Amino acid sequence: MSQFLQVLLSGLATGSIYALAAIGFALVWQAAQTVNFAQGEFVMVPAFFVLIGMGFFGMPFWLALAFGLALSMLVLGYAFKKLIVEPILPHGGITLIIATMALAILLKETVKESYSAEAQPFPALFSNAPMNFFGAAVSIQDILNLIVSLSIVVVLTLFLNRTRTGRSMQAAAQNPAVAEILGVNVKRMVLYTFLINAALASLAAFLITPVYLAKFSNGETIGLIAFIAAIVGGFNQIRGALVGGLLIGVLDNLTATYVTAQYRAALPLVLLIMIILVRPQGIMGTSEGRSV
Amino acid sequence: MKKSLAAITAVLLAAGSAYAQDTVKLGMVAELSGAGAPAGTNWRDGVKIAVEEINAAGGILKKKVEVTDYDTQTDPQVSRAMVQKAIDAGAFAILGTVYSGSTLVNMLVAQQNSTPQFVGSEAPTVVQKGNPFVYRTSSGAQKGIPALTPYFKDTLKAKKVGVAWVNNEFGKGGRNVFVEEMKKAGIEVIADVASEQAQTDYASDVAKLKQANPEAVFVYMNQEESARFLIEAKKQALPMPLIGEVTLTEAKVIELAGGAAEGAIAHVGVTATATDVPGIGAFAKKFEETFKRKPTHDAIKGYVGAWATKYVADMVGKLDGEAFSKKILGLCLKAADHPKILLDTCWDKTGEMSRPSFMVQVKNGAPVVIGTVPAN
Repeated sequence: MSQFLQVLLSGLATGSIYALAAIGFALVWQAAQTVNFAQGEFVMVPAFFVLIGMGFFGMPFWLALAFGLALSMLVLGYAFKKLIVEPILPHGGITLIIATMALAILLKETVKESYSAEAQPFPALFSNAPMNFFGAAVSIQDILNLIVSLSIVVVLTLFLNRTRTGRSMQAAAQNPAVAEILGVNVKRMVLYTFLINAALASLAAFLITPVYLAKFSNGETIGLIAFIAAIVGGFNQIRGALVGGLLIGVLDNLTATYVTAQYRAALPLVLLIMIILVRPQGIMGTSEGRSV
Repeated sequence: MKKSLAAITAVLLAAGSAYAQDTVKLGMVAELSGAGAPAGTNWRDGVKIAVEEINAAGGILKKKVEVTDYDTQTDPQVSRAMVQKAIDAGAFAILGTVYSGSTLVNMLVAQQNSTPQFVGSEAPTVVQKGNPFVYRTSSGAQKGIPALTPYFKDTLKAKKVGVAWVNNEFGKGGRNVFVEEMKKAGIEVIADVASEQAQTDYASDVAKLKQANPEAVFVYMNQEESARFLIEAKKQALPMPLIGEVTLTEAKVIELAGGAAEGAIAHVGVTATATDVPGIGAFAKKFEETFKRKPTHDAIKGYVGAWATKYVADMVGKLDGEAFSKKILGLCLKAADHPKILLDTCWDKTGEMSRPSFMVQVKNGAPVVIGTVPAN
């Protein structure tokens, strides 16, 4: 029971972090009708912004986190939209997808050249001491990671559904032309979407890097799993990305513990094939695919 | 005009020849950039200190030692080219490389040229190829892991143990030797947990070990994997001792794992923290004064390699690779007579090294010697 509880909790905690990155896929899809294949690198880079804040500017950890978040929103949100998405999008979605692939390589190699190929330590947001939970020793870090990730998703959902700006963002995503006629500043709403994506990627980075360690190649794993999580859950739904992330996190850990550790990497791909065959719109997705 | 040119050429050749006769060239071929840079730069700096000391002590065969650095970029094919370049430049001996993957490729070049080569590599295969010109500067893994057996059997008095290993050539080799050793010692391996190279999530691996509840766990992974495993072990409060071979208590692992590395135990061939050994203490002090950082075991290996070159060449009495090989294979050097070798050291007929080694434990963020293991 203790083993099952710990494995389940670890799976939920990791899965919730995958979900943050997966939501980013859904948001960018809605805003630009494209898939950002640099999303994994968007989760890798903010950790290095924090290390730059601490190492080069001598910031305390909390300030470096704020610095990393702000810089990520500027570079991975604002600059990404202005310098890559806006100029390339008129040439077609496929062109933009290829551009994001190139961006992924650029980000990865830049970090590798600047910070070496070696992993770097990254401070943990929460203590990694264990606590007793119904007789089982479970990780406080896992519990808090799960709580923080889920809280972010809840806040984001409330923001999109309950605020004027959030509803305007949804309108801009669903039908930009009509939204513009109704007085919505579509360009600004799209920019907000990219900024939120960058912020989500940063928060995912801050939660996962203490365990994964800061390394240039982290984006490969996270990007692939988050992409699959978004498809499995439903590419056009935030709650779908959440369900996909949690499902993959939990199934990965349960498979590795009770079935086989050797083939755990294949599990998300098997899940992906099954979903495409049985329910192509994803577990929570809708076939029209036009709402945030 | 032609006569003048010939005269100048003759003078230059004579001068070059005279210069060559006054120096002994060594080729320091190591991983100075790329993933192996932390190991290679430490090796280089250990060599640097040794060469300064050797020259201050009169050089090799009373000739000044001149060392040239060659960067392999942690690429086996580049390392091969660099060894060839060093030999073409007249190197009497090669010092390096550290990464076994590179050494296995470049040692053939040194062998073809009958050039002695001291390496920092620890893969068993390095000395199993019948190459009489390659010599270790620390024991290989096939000697290191058996040295741990008495610790499990006599110190921990363990009856049931677990093993967590990385599923690559390095990990498989170590795991097989460990399981065989435990079998010989009558200790049961009740948990055998394999993980993949570059694996990031160790929750299920640690949960399985926790469930099996062995009295100790042998952890045999590369640096980053070791650090991630230690972090997860701390998160899940894995209660039993975690014991490794060299890697588990390396400085990089401690840096990455932070407090989670506290208490980890490992067998290491040589460690700069063994300051009770006079030669090691003096070397560590000089290294720290020179480079403003603490030496790693790779630095000590480089230092020992350079000094072993001097001691053996002086014994042979001439710069002859073949004679050097005949002399060192089967040779034992006592630290009392050859203090810079640091510990009593022997090379067997394959170039494998035997010498006393250490058990270390991470305490307050640094490895501390908790015991000595006799040479095996």
